[in-house]
Amino acid sequence: MKPVVFDEWRNKTIEEVLYECREMLEDASFPTVRRWREGGGLVVGHFQVAFPEEIVHAAGLLPVKVRGAQVEAVQADSRFGSYLCSIIKTSLELALSGRLELEMFVTHPICDAARNLAAVWGRNFDYPCQILYLPQNANSGYAAAYLRGEYDRLKRSVEAIADAEITDEALRRSIAVYNENRRLIRDLYAIKRELPWLVSADEAYALVAVGGLIPREEHNELLKAALPMISNRDARPQDRVRVVFEGGFCEQPPLDFIRAISRSCYVVDDDLLIGLRWIIEDVTEEGDPLMNLARAYLEKSSYSPVQHDLRKPKEKMLLFRLRASKAEAAIITAAKMCEPGLEEQVAYTRALDAEGIPYFVGEFEENMTSFDHMEIQLETFVENILFS
Amino acid sequence: MTDQTTKESIKNTFSVGRGNEEGARMFRDWFKLLDETAEEGRGAAYVFVMGSMAEVLRVFDLPVVFPEINSLQTAVRRVAHEYLNEAEDYGYSPDICGYVKADVAVQLGGGHHPMGRIPRPALAVLTNACNTYIKWGEIWERMYRIPVFTLDVPGTRAAGAQTWPGDPDFESDRAYVAGQIKELIALCEEVTGKRFDIDRLREALSHANTMSRGWKQVIELNRSRPSLFNALTDGTIYLGVSNGFRGTAEGAGYFEELVEEMSYKAARGIGTLTDEKYRLVFVGVPCYPIFRRFNEMFAEWGGTFVNSTYLWFAAGGANLGFEYDLSEPLESLAEGTLISVRDAMDSMFYQDRALIEMIDPFHIDGIVYHPIKSCRTVSTGLADNRRALRQSRDIPSLFIESDMMDRRVVSEAQLKNRVDAFFEGLASRRVMAERRE
Repeated sequence: MKPVVFDEWRNKTIEEVLYECREMLEDASFPTVRRWREGGGLVVGHFQVAFPEEIVHAAGLLPVKVRGAQVEAVQADSRFGSYLCSIIKTSLELALSGRLELEMFVTHPICDAARNLAAVWGRNFDYPCQILYLPQNANSGYAAAYLRGEYDRLKRSVEAIADAEITDEALRRSIAVYNENRRLIRDLYAIKRELPWLVSADEAYALVAVGGLIPREEHNELLKAALPMISNRDARPQDRVRVVFEGGFCEQPPLDFIRAISRSCYVVDDDLLIGLRWIIEDVTEEGDPLMNLARAYLEKSSYSPVQHDLRKPKEKMLLFRLRASKAEAAIITAAKMCEPGLEEQVAYTRALDAEGIPYFVGEFEENMTSFDHMEIQLETFVENILFS
Repeated sequence: MTDQTTKESIKNTFSVGRGNEEGARMFRDWFKLLDETAEEGRGAAYVFVMGSMAEVLRVFDLPVVFPEINSLQTAVRRVAHEYLNEAEDYGYSPDICGYVKADVAVQLGGGHHPMGRIPRPALAVLTNACNTYIKWGEIWERMYRIPVFTLDVPGTRAAGAQTWPGDPDFESDRAYVAGQIKELIALCEEVTGKRFDIDRLREALSHANTMSRGWKQVIELNRSRPSLFNALTDGTIYLGVSNGFRGTAEGAGYFEELVEEMSYKAARGIGTLTDEKYRLVFVGVPCYPIFRRFNEMFAEWGGTFVNSTYLWFAAGGANLGFEYDLSEPLESLAEGTLISVRDAMDSMFYQDRALIEMIDPFHIDGIVYHPIKSCRTVSTGLADNRRALRQSRDIPSLFIESDMMDRRVVSEAQLKNRVDAFFEGLASRRVMAERRE
């Protein structure tokens, strides 16, 4: 019997539900993981961005999204050099400080820093630490077969941790659970796009992000309870600019940063925690589950600065996201020292210039605590749009 | 005197230092060829040092351009800041790779470069050995609308977990790489209008075999005491040839002669320093903005770099000496690419094991870690690497940060302070050891 790890939200109003999600999200002691472990459960931590959680879920383990935290990198700082994004340091800090206990850690070749994590983590912990080599040549006719093999390799590693076989049937059940989860998150994003005054960016973010910390069945229950309450909220449209937020695909801005944006903008779409929403359609539930997951990663997926796909030039995808969400402007951010994010900013801003779409450029860090300056600048930007 | 006569003259008189002289000449000739290519309006293949796929590109007579080498040349020639400023004015952040920014400025300037004009790309071939390669390729894709081919080479999944031929996981990786190589060949045919000739591939592979064999021997020969070459300074010249001339007869010949020169020096005890006191390993990417001065800080104390992880990864793993099976060129190319590029990545992420293994055979006195702002691929794990190494072996190490391109983050005085302190420590340690004996 799997333990329930997050039930503080039950039988509460939507405001209370959202409060509990925020509290859980910002608790760097990872209570949900602790409760899971107290119930005898095993945990696989996976670094940003996309990860086939279904494989871990099918083994009865808890997949946890490792996405840094607002903690001081007391021990991790000495493991790294100076010129590095914060998420790399704080993610390791969570493990070194014992806040996040794992049975296995998986990183990805998403960027030059993250691909170092398997080696760094592995030198510091005895449990398996590995890199899942997601294909960087998504356009090769050989990529799907390769990725299926890579998922099979991951499956064998997880089986060794779980000391149990992961059957195709179990994988199909997990895919079904995750399909439902992705549908519910799409429903939430539909509300953000169509009726953004019903749910603010930080509220939606908290609701989605908590999914990375709990079993997906629990997240489904949470979303199924929250979405109708959000739809029934008594709120009216306000005079705010509809924006798309870009730059949150890996390191996450603090909730207060997102809240500060929400005070002057309706964030109608974004790439925050895009890994949880990487697959944009249902994964086929019949047939070979690993191949279905591989094909979905390659063929039914979103975009981010850390995946190269000739079919998805990032700036064109951004324009598509802007149009699909009827956004008037874009907020183009990058985490400090995030090379892919900073490089993409140039392509984004040039494409937006060419289209005459207003944009606001900024940087953030997960540990930042002052937002006044950014908020004043953003308000000026918004006023320029509203009153021009 | 023509270049050919000069070359013959050097050959006949056989002088110590031939590798450096010849390397410099070949480098100039290469850039001259690139300049001519640019002037004629022809395109080149843009490639990178880790997995250039030069063997395939030679078959299609595509001149190869290594933007990394172009960029570092701007730093060595002390003009990198001009290029960095231009790219930053264009919108690129001070916090991204300096190589990328210098190249962006070269492209924006119509290919003008201190060593001549760089031709435009006709296509770009990049591997995933460095993620920035991929982002870099996207820049050219946008600038020129050229085909960009990403050859995805899966790396080592966990420390010590490399797989080898016959293992199903290796074969899965090899099938992926082999498939992509076929796709690359088809793309080259499309871009150049030339048919693929497998015999010409065999020829290029054969030259690459000679070069890889020579590269491995040259590195191993530096176990000699005194060391035969400085891995940081001389090694960078050899690296330039190994990349720019891979798959050519000239490149193969160069490395045969380099082995000959190093063997000659080894046999006669001719060292790179007259008074070698400390044998060091360099870990990271050189400090090109003060390239000569950086080395002098060590040489002044009698320190020389006998090996360097740079010689491994920046040669695309050629240090392994992998030799292709010419009877199965395509299959073997896939295997060699997989094993060599994977090793290049291991030299950046998992180099602690290789460093520990080389301490005794190379008689290492100390290890110098040089993480840089520009390159997170190489630099991210170095501090932890050093920590792990110190737990395994009692060996002094120095950890100094600067950059390979950006002089704004290179503090010569601060570096010298640290280097001097490091050598004072080495000297004290030696005295203490002598007293104990």
